[in-house]
Amino acid sequence: MSTRVGVVTFPGSLDDRDACRAAQLAGGQPVPLWHGDADLRGVEAVILPGGFSYGDYLRCGAIARFAPVMAEIIPAARVGLPVLGICNGFQILCEAHLLPGALTRNAGRRFITRDIQIRVENAQTPWTRDYADGQELTVVLKSGEGAYVADEATLAGLAARGQILARYAGGNPNGSAGNVAGVVSEAGNVVGLMPHPEHAIDPLTGPSADGLGFFASVLSAVVAA
Amino acid sequence: MNDTVTAAAATPDRGQPYAALGLTDAEFARIGDILGRRPTDAELAIYSVMWSEHCSYKSSRRHLRQFAEKAPPTRVLLAGIGENAGVVDIGQGYAITFKIESHNHPSYVEPFQGAATGVGGIVRDILAMGARPIAVMDALRFGPADAPDTRRVLPGVVSGISFYGNCLGLPNIGGELAFDPCYAGNPLINALCVGVLRPAGLKHATATGPGNQVILFGSRTGPDGIGGASVLASASFGGRGEGAKRPSVQVGDPFMEKLLIECCLELFAADLVVGIQDLGAAGVACATTELAAGGKSGMSVRLDAVPLRDASLGPAEILMSESQERMMAIVTPDDVPAFLAICARWDVPATVIGEVTETGRLEMTWHGEPVVDIPPGSAADDGPVYDRPARRPASQDVLAADDPARLARPANGAGLQTDLLALLAVPEAASKTWVTEQYDRYVRGDTVLAMPHDAGVVRIDEETGLGIALATDGNGRYCLLDPYAGTQLALAEAYRNVAATGARPLAVTNCLNFGSPEDPAVMWQFTEAVRGLADGCQALGVPVTGGNVSFYNQTAAAAIHPTPVIGVLGVHDDVRRAVRSGLGPPGSALLLLGSTRLELGGSLWARTVHGHLGGRPPAVDLAAERSLAEVLVTAAERGLLAGAHDLSDGGLAVALAEACLASGTGAAVTLPGDPFTCLFSESAGRALVAVRPGAEAALTQLCAAAGVPAVALGTAGGDTLDVAGSFSVSLGELSSAHLDTLPVLFA
Repeated sequence: MSTRVGVVTFPGSLDDRDACRAAQLAGGQPVPLWHGDADLRGVEAVILPGGFSYGDYLRCGAIARFAPVMAEIIPAARVGLPVLGICNGFQILCEAHLLPGALTRNAGRRFITRDIQIRVENAQTPWTRDYADGQELTVVLKSGEGAYVADEATLAGLAARGQILARYAGGNPNGSAGNVAGVVSEAGNVVGLMPHPEHAIDPLTGPSADGLGFFASVLSAVVAA
Repeated sequence: MNDTVTAAAATPDRGQPYAALGLTDAEFARIGDILGRRPTDAELAIYSVMWSEHCSYKSSRRHLRQFAEKAPPTRVLLAGIGENAGVVDIGQGYAITFKIESHNHPSYVEPFQGAATGVGGIVRDILAMGARPIAVMDALRFGPADAPDTRRVLPGVVSGISFYGNCLGLPNIGGELAFDPCYAGNPLINALCVGVLRPAGLKHATATGPGNQVILFGSRTGPDGIGGASVLASASFGGRGEGAKRPSVQVGDPFMEKLLIECCLELFAADLVVGIQDLGAAGVACATTELAAGGKSGMSVRLDAVPLRDASLGPAEILMSESQERMMAIVTPDDVPAFLAICARWDVPATVIGEVTETGRLEMTWHGEPVVDIPPGSAADDGPVYDRPARRPASQDVLAADDPARLARPANGAGLQTDLLALLAVPEAASKTWVTEQYDRYVRGDTVLAMPHDAGVVRIDEETGLGIALATDGNGRYCLLDPYAGTQLALAEAYRNVAATGARPLAVTNCLNFGSPEDPAVMWQFTEAVRGLADGCQALGVPVTGGNVSFYNQTAAAAIHPTPVIGVLGVHDDVRRAVRSGLGPPGSALLLLGSTRLELGGSLWARTVHGHLGGRPPAVDLAAERSLAEVLVTAAERGLLAGAHDLSDGGLAVALAEACLASGTGAAVTLPGDPFTCLFSESAGRALVAVRPGAEAALTQLCAAAGVPAVALGTAGGDTLDVAGSFSVSLGELSSAHLDTLPVLFA
């Protein structure tokens, strides 16, 4: 019985299909979750995918965080449900205050698509336990509002408590504070990542297969839990 | 006071602003003959947009017939010219629909929204065929890169395409970017979209079944884009909007279009759609006339039922509005509740505005009063057809006599290197990364190749590896020198680009960008180009499945170079065997396929080093192009190639440098003849290939059997491009020449 991994579709979500494919390829069972249904359908982990939910109206993720499905995800996350927010999903988790900080416009004021290297700083989360601390991955960055911001005190605290999930290696592509590419909640189960691991699961269609580990990790994490 | 049908019949002498709307005296008189009375304001609006050049193709139709007349036999064409987009069967139960279209004038007026809505429009054409859009491409042409106005237009256009395409979740898999003074006041923005469907799911723009309901869904209708298709003066239609200025550029909302896509696909899957049309140029006027004419039926519409963003709009304005993100469907009465429920689930506004009738007339009312009563075909199909005079200008002979062979050439290897670096750095040939990295290429997870490879390649079936390849190409310089040959060269280049990735070319789309059809010289260029394309497609065995004509790309007397942009679609049996542009791993043997002669007419070298445009373009040999393509496709199927790159602008010099940079490997090369000719001539029908170790004999045999000349050039490896006896240039130098140009100009 493979692990049920929920993937939410909001109006305007784009990389839901790719997240489902990644979860499937890793050995899990992807379960589509509709934004309008307050029903997690018994999943054991949830992915908020990339895209332009609600057209990025108001602020990226500002409207999605109020979707009926989020009314189920937020309390579940607070009691340990593994949640991965990718790109727009990361923005939604910040808006929902499940993660600290916020995402703003790239320093270059333009959308950029680029193959980039990130370094895993915390390989103890349910989404990264298949990696080693310090491991460098080649994944895809594609965003217009990917610059992570948080005040100095918050950043220092995150670093001290091991809440920096990953940093950009070999150059900061978008002006993120502290080169932060991803963060994890204090409890360790909610993860936000700006680059897209689901686009690095097969060298045929992406720069590497380095991203598959995110989706494999959670399967073993759930089994171990 | 509304101008009703009754009022029109009763007031035959009332003056109407038909000239300001772009209609000639003769055209206006013909409307009177068709109706047996003067048209109402609303009817006049319909004819003014539907009979505009953009919608009626009145200057081009008689020539475009050649595409059908000379069409090569094909068993795969499911929908062709005249439909929203061409559709071809690619096997394994899949069909592909694709088309390229222009949005030139709006993009000059308002670059961001003009380009954005250009993407939106072509995507809806694909959606209207019953397909899921899966990728986009764009071919862009601007004035000189360092001109102030280019700095106004280019970044806005690229942002607009990025904004709209990325938000829709469509990977941008390729295109072109060119610069030439002739496009300074007339940039060309040609957008392509490709979609996938099952053959049984093909939809047509036909309103059939009397009693079936007409549903308008998508965005509400506003005053944007009025005058987009025709000329709109400030003369009002007698409604309440006296002299109000209406913006003529449409405004796009890609989020609404994304919802519209998902909503339509659910409607199609639930089989709730009898016929469907997208609303583009000429909005409701176009959709209703085309659906009714297509169905050979009639239609009755309540214009006051159209959901509005601006309540002050009158019937004529509603008819002409080009508000974006709207579709019109024909739905059986029983299916209407299910249709509306799916739209509600996706938050897409949907309204029943009328029904199909048996009258053979398009009848529209405004608050109960008839304001339109016309035969729909008279607007949609039977518009004016002109036979514009075409006259070869005397200047062609002057151009042809200006032979670039007399231009001063580099005296030695150092000179050759200088010219190579100059070509690599020129905006037209320089790296386009600054532009292409603003586009999402990864979304949907099926993109196998995108920029800078020779064609965009997308996987269609994850199990079997079935996929498609697409390339767009155009060359205004060649076409100015000889529109017939230049068009065939563009076709050949796109065809060659598709084959270079290992895909078998299958079908063609085209966007024909020209100056004013009222200029006999432009009309000559146009007729030659169409003839060239029709003949070329026949010779290559790939039919034209659809496309677009954009006239009036000129400012005062200065027309653009004739610029047909040709898109070729090919099929990969297995995308895992797609061949990348590059030199392969170090040690790969490099071969040059095809024949080289001294051919500099319209070349990048002549333009860059001497500012010269003259002589004759390279010779066309379509039989040789077919043979070369056959070799490239077969070699890919048999896994013989580690890399392949077609030769085009800048000849072998640029192709070698690009391939080195793509692979991150240098090469040691010995040129097979006069170094200058080998490096900078732009003879067609050539490709640079890297052979897999051990496959050299097989490839040579393949070439010999096909009659394709193949000469050994050298070997990939090292970190310099070393041209024996001439020069040696480091990858670093190639890279700085190539990569910095656009960022320095536009960042």
